[in-house]
Amino acid sequence: MFVKRYLIPRLLQYFLVIFLGITIVFFIPRFAPTNPVQRTISEIRSRGTYLNPADVEQMVADLTRLYGLEGSWGEQYIEFWRKLFKGDFGISFFQFPTPVIELIKTALPWTVGLLFTTTVLSWVIGNIIGGIAGYRNNRLWSRILDGVVMFIRPLPYYIFALGLLILLAYVFRLFPISGGASIGRLPSFTLSYILDVLKHAFLPALSLVVLGAASWFQASKLIVQNVNAEDFVQYAQLGGIKERKIMFKYVIRNAMLPQITNLALSLGQILSGALITEIVFSYPGLGNLLFSAINTGDYNLIMGITALSIVAITTLVLMIDLLYPLFDPRIKYK
Amino acid sequence: MSTPQIAKDLFRDYRFLLAFIVLCFLLFLAVLSFFSPSDPTLWFSVPRDLPPSRQYILGTNSKGQDIFWQATFAIRNSLIISVIAGVISRIIAVLIGLISGYRGGTTDRVLMFISDGFLVIPLFLIIVMLAMLIRDMMNILTLGILLACFGWAWDARVIRSQVLSLREREFTRTALLSGTGVVKLVIKEYLPYITPLAFSTLINNMSWAIGLEITLSIVGLTNMDIPTLGTMLKWAMSYQALLLGRWNWLLTPVVLSVLLFIALYWLSVSISEYLDPRTRVQRVGGE
Repeated sequence: MFVKRYLIPRLLQYFLVIFLGITIVFFIPRFAPTNPVQRTISEIRSRGTYLNPADVEQMVADLTRLYGLEGSWGEQYIEFWRKLFKGDFGISFFQFPTPVIELIKTALPWTVGLLFTTTVLSWVIGNIIGGIAGYRNNRLWSRILDGVVMFIRPLPYYIFALGLLILLAYVFRLFPISGGASIGRLPSFTLSYILDVLKHAFLPALSLVVLGAASWFQASKLIVQNVNAEDFVQYAQLGGIKERKIMFKYVIRNAMLPQITNLALSLGQILSGALITEIVFSYPGLGNLLFSAINTGDYNLIMGITALSIVAITTLVLMIDLLYPLFDPRIKYK
Repeated sequence: MSTPQIAKDLFRDYRFLLAFIVLCFLLFLAVLSFFSPSDPTLWFSVPRDLPPSRQYILGTNSKGQDIFWQATFAIRNSLIISVIAGVISRIIAVLIGLISGYRGGTTDRVLMFISDGFLVIPLFLIIVMLAMLIRDMMNILTLGILLACFGWAWDARVIRSQVLSLREREFTRTALLSGTGVVKLVIKEYLPYITPLAFSTLINNMSWAIGLEITLSIVGLTNMDIPTLGTMLKWAMSYQALLLGRWNWLLTPVVLSVLLFIALYWLSVSISEYLDPRTRVQRVGGE
């Protein structure tokens, strides 16, 4: 029953979202007014190289093939999918001839590391503090925290990250201004290198964690306040169960369940936020790669990053959805 | 309840009051832009890099523009973009929510599949790709429309669930059985329930649009000649105002946008608490 009523429709939806997402990614650049082949050639010309006409013709043909622009849109589209399954996103237009996948491979570990740590941290911190604040919502500290969150919550990622950068890297000079590690250092598994990486990651991570935790805090506090009013909580209180036990085992545990679904729903937003934060701190991940791709008009690179993000995020959402019954014993998909 | 009564109840909330005052101040600045002594798009109309003085309240920037007047235009344009984006996406959200909730069945499933897809995929990247596409014809209107196309998904869901519950109520059946047309029913009976929802989501959506405008400007995808909060910040960043310590240039757009975001948020929190009767009783009834 689980397979037929839940799993199959959910998987169908998953593949359909990926299919449509990738299709959109394929078609958007085809409507662009500029031809990337002509742009590359004029780029070479602008460096003062003389090209004779026969060579130019050969180059146009080669570049058209390399960029996957051969044939009709239908043929290109099929070719695009065929390559995608092999993990081939084509060649970067501006860091020619590096394949897009190579550029992504170098940047990906930075983004994944930052994103994974901050998402988990902010979810856990925000929910637990929010839960406790919701349970004890008439305490002074709970109200103060609520007030502080009212100031942080509405700020967009860019403004908040920039504010932290100004405050902690320029005014107080506590942290490095940009980068993922000190310049000229080679990656190695030594303590000093790891410390260096952590020190550089601290500010971007801090801004993502604080902003993320602020929004989880508010949602969790609201849910807990509603759970508080439920009969079973009053019953437990009257039955003389310890407050701490009621708070963690009865109330907060219940409140965290909808937050799992909310996490799945906001992953796309969280990724966008991380990309923007990376740009603020010149962190060497996908966000910065995206930034340089936009500035150079490198559509292939942007398509690669977007396609990969769509697949990664929808897969994560699917995984959270399928794992959900493990957390909620009430759901049995009957 | 009469309008003055609603206003009185809302102003009892200090957050609403503060947000209202800040927004009035920002609107006043935006209106001042109509009396600006100089054209905001011109370079070198005043001496460059002056600190704040009596003549130039916030000093001048490296492009030779008066920062104060530049800021008035920035707020005006950012607000216009967000209103265009907000209003158009509200129309989309209301239409989709109504159709989806009222028709149900396959229509509902298809529309909700689309809006779910919008929620799941990283929209920012898609918006970036589209913004690159229309880079050459980017202006206040096109940017507003672009953002409007992507800002409706969540709110359409909220409106749909409201319509779903309205459809099950007694009055819907009474109206239909006594010969009221569907269009008339929706406009006369449903819209009064949906309008407050659309309005409270409008404020959040405006704030989202202003934030995205700033982000798109920072990555260089908007029209740099139109002063907005985003382009003002981008120019300051690209002239290294941060490293050179030109705080008057850099902090003006930062402080203004922080004020704007907090004011819009407080306004929306206050209004949605007011619309939710449970919290309203707690607040108003307690006194």
